[in-house]
Amino acid sequence: MQLDFTPEEEAFRLEVREFIEAEYPQPLRDKMNAGAAPNKQDYVTWQQILHRKGWIAPRWPEQYGGTGWSPTQSYIFDEEISAAQTPRVMPFGLTMLGPVLLSFGSEDQKQQYLPAILDSTTWWCQGYSEPDAGSDLASLKTQAVDKGDHYLVNGSKIWTTYAHYADKMFCLVRTSSEGRKQQGISFVLLDMNDPGVEVAPIITNNGLHTVNQVFLKDVKVPKENLVGEEGAGWTIAKYLLGHERTVIAGVAASKQQMKRLKTIAEQETQQGQPLWQDNRFRDRVAEVSIDLLALEQTNMRVLSDESAGRGPGPEASLLKIRGTEIQQMITELLAEAVGYYGLPYHKEVLLSGWGETEPVGPDYAAPLLPHYFDWRKSSIYGGSNEIQKNIIAKAVLGL
Amino acid sequence: MDYQLNELQQMLQQSAEKYIERDYDFLTRQSRAASDLGYSQQQWQQFAELGWLGLPFNEEDGGFGGGAGEIMVLMEAFGRGLVLEPYLASIVLSGQLFARLGNTEQKADLLPKLIDGSCKLALAHSEPGSRYELERVQSKADSNDASYLLSGQKSVVLNGNDADYYLISARTGGAGDIDAEGISLFLVAADSPGLTVRGYRTADGLQAADLTFEQLEVAESALLGEPGNAFEAIEWCFDQGIAALSAEALGCMEILHQTTVEYLQTRKQFDTPIGKFQVLQHAAVDMFIALSQSRSMVYLAADRADSARDQRRAALSAAKNFIGRAGRLMGQSATQLHGGVGMSDELNVSHYFKRLTTINTWLGDDNHHLAQYSDSLL
Ligand SMILES: Cc1cc2nc3c(=O)[nH]c(=O)nc-3n(C[C@H](O)[C@H](O)[C@H](O)COP(=O)(O)OP(=O)(O)OC[C@H]3O[C@@H](n4cnc5c(N)ncnc54)[C@H](O)[C@@H]3O)c2cc1C
Repeated sequence: MQLDFTPEEEAFRLEVREFIEAEYPQPLRDKMNAGAAPNKQDYVTWQQILHRKGWIAPRWPEQYGGTGWSPTQSYIFDEEISAAQTPRVMPFGLTMLGPVLLSFGSEDQKQQYLPAILDSTTWWCQGYSEPDAGSDLASLKTQAVDKGDHYLVNGSKIWTTYAHYADKMFCLVRTSSEGRKQQGISFVLLDMNDPGVEVAPIITNNGLHTVNQVFLKDVKVPKENLVGEEGAGWTIAKYLLGHERTVIAGVAASKQQMKRLKTIAEQETQQGQPLWQDNRFRDRVAEVSIDLLALEQTNMRVLSDESAGRGPGPEASLLKIRGTEIQQMITELLAEAVGYYGLPYHKEVLLSGWGETEPVGPDYAAPLLPHYFDWRKSSIYGGSNEIQKNIIAKAVLGL
Repeated sequence: MDYQLNELQQMLQQSAEKYIERDYDFLTRQSRAASDLGYSQQQWQQFAELGWLGLPFNEEDGGFGGGAGEIMVLMEAFGRGLVLEPYLASIVLSGQLFARLGNTEQKADLLPKLIDGSCKLALAHSEPGSRYELERVQSKADSNDASYLLSGQKSVVLNGNDADYYLISARTGGAGDIDAEGISLFLVAADSPGLTVRGYRTADGLQAADLTFEQLEVAESALLGEPGNAFEAIEWCFDQGIAALSAEALGCMEILHQTTVEYLQTRKQFDTPIGKFQVLQHAAVDMFIALSQSRSMVYLAADRADSARDQRRAALSAAKNFIGRAGRLMGQSATQLHGGVGMSDELNVSHYFKRLTTINTWLGDDNHHLAQYSDSLL
């Protein structure tokens, strides 16, 4: 056992840090530091910077544009970009579809789609959930009828993150209603500009627009856009889920938020002292810190197993459960720290920061309560925490 | 012992609930919130006609002589409807504080207009550095012949964006910034020269404002009560506010609980209503427990709101702490149990969640009141 990073790993950390320091554009940095929500251009700008360096797809095989990093290096990289508060790399193309195409896609599909995922010229969205198929994804109803050289797709997807930014969507559809529900599902790619695709915004509890309902009416999807075999959609979806789990704990981002919490609590006052000096408050922060440390150590242990060739089992669901609980707790403490100044709501500030305008209260306060509301999503999406516990109960405990 | 509502309270409850059902469905509420004013002046006028604006004032002042128990039943109904009109700011907090400190002449001038709906008040007490501490007042009032010059800053003044008058607290004496002694209260017209009001919406769809004032001159007659002696009344009115807010939270919780149970019965996944999953049943039961105990704490708060200071303060801190925690559980669970739908702005669930969250902050959050209560045990 050797719980510290090696000197090589520390050197790598420094390299990443220096790269970010040199390449992260100042205006974007200011906007992100203000807690504003990045827009499409912001995401793409940052992703293309990483791409030019060859660091956009750490977890892909090297010959397809991966970095060949060890899991630990990837982890260090995540820590550094989180600490710098860059826009996060959108997962849809890079961590979801990319690996799927690499494992299940045809040579043509790889050639057609992978380059544009790497250089962020195609924005993908994930069309899994439907109004009546959330936790029970396998009951999805969007129908794809075989019309010879194409499928005719009808149905609706919901909660589709950034569908309004997307050029394309990877999508689970029903190609058969025979046999087990899971067997009739296929994985297809469709173009958001195709006739019959309509995107309707859904505003969430922070007042912003990130998710959508997507209506599909007689959309023609060419047969060559089927990924894997017809009916293999469920296998692909499950493969993806396994791939996602270790990324989802969000340890690096939570560590960054803990730093932010401390900075804010040092500036807030309570009985004439910095709030940070208040033992009651700090103890509660300390407890979350300890929980985060436990999560981090667990995450590292899982990574180390992975390096040793033992893939993460379903117990990795605990990373998602604890990771999101901790994220949510931090957003709660952040909002609490600013007291009354958490209350004012300024939508423009959530989108672009205060800019030239004199802030109402401290400049860091405005996004905190909306963030708290928004982060309730993290125990709902990506397989709700109840569903993750069901997985552990069944697959790990045998109950 | 008797935990039943009296006859007046029952009548009030019936009329308030009927009003909410008839005039305050969620979509109407949302369109009022989105209007320029942010609420409806017409509804405010209706409150006046129903006698609600005069509810807590003495009969000789033109009111109905109601107390915290009457306000409680009204606020509970307001919570169910997510009412936007500035009842808490203008009547419960400022109105009662004004009536407590104002002299006969001052009251005769203003209370009739407050009660008939033609005039609104806002309480400007908290400041950027004061957090929830009521004694910490930095704003100053310098006596100057027959007038006072006020200078300072007030933060997040509930409904401060469109009040006609503010009750502004400022220091005329005392030892430093944190002394209960030496705090005075002034009635200041919104259009006074030297007063800057920066209004905004709050996260729950209500509104507030920050005030700054520099050498703002008010006549001696603007002083409410004895100079330097307003603290006790301010503290008392915060407690009235806590009792009222707790009742409003209770109304929010009732709707959230009911909506969530209905959703568990109707939403199907895995070919079965999700309410069949035991883990969700237990979550709904925890909500039920929180709701039921919140009702008890709301009754306690209303009952103690007029007791002697020591008894009152501890009981109200206990209530506010409990309601804050219960409200958090209700809001978070209701969101979680609704899945993605719980996150959407279109559904009422997210709005009750937000209101319960901001109620926790107003007048001191759960941790502040935990500390207060804890100190009372010393
Ligand atoms: C902000 C946000 C972004 C999203 N982005 C995307 C996206 O880009 N693409 C996409 O396809 N989807 C996306 N989703 C959808 C997300 O995956 C679903 O919301 C999630 O799967 C839950 O489904 P549901 O909303 O239908 O809730 P439901 O499945 O109806 O669940 C309601 C409640 O019941 C519980 N429950 C359900 N079944 C069980 C059970 N068997 N045992 C115990 N409890 C149970 C759930 O945990 C939840 O608390 C997003 C969701 C959100 C909130």
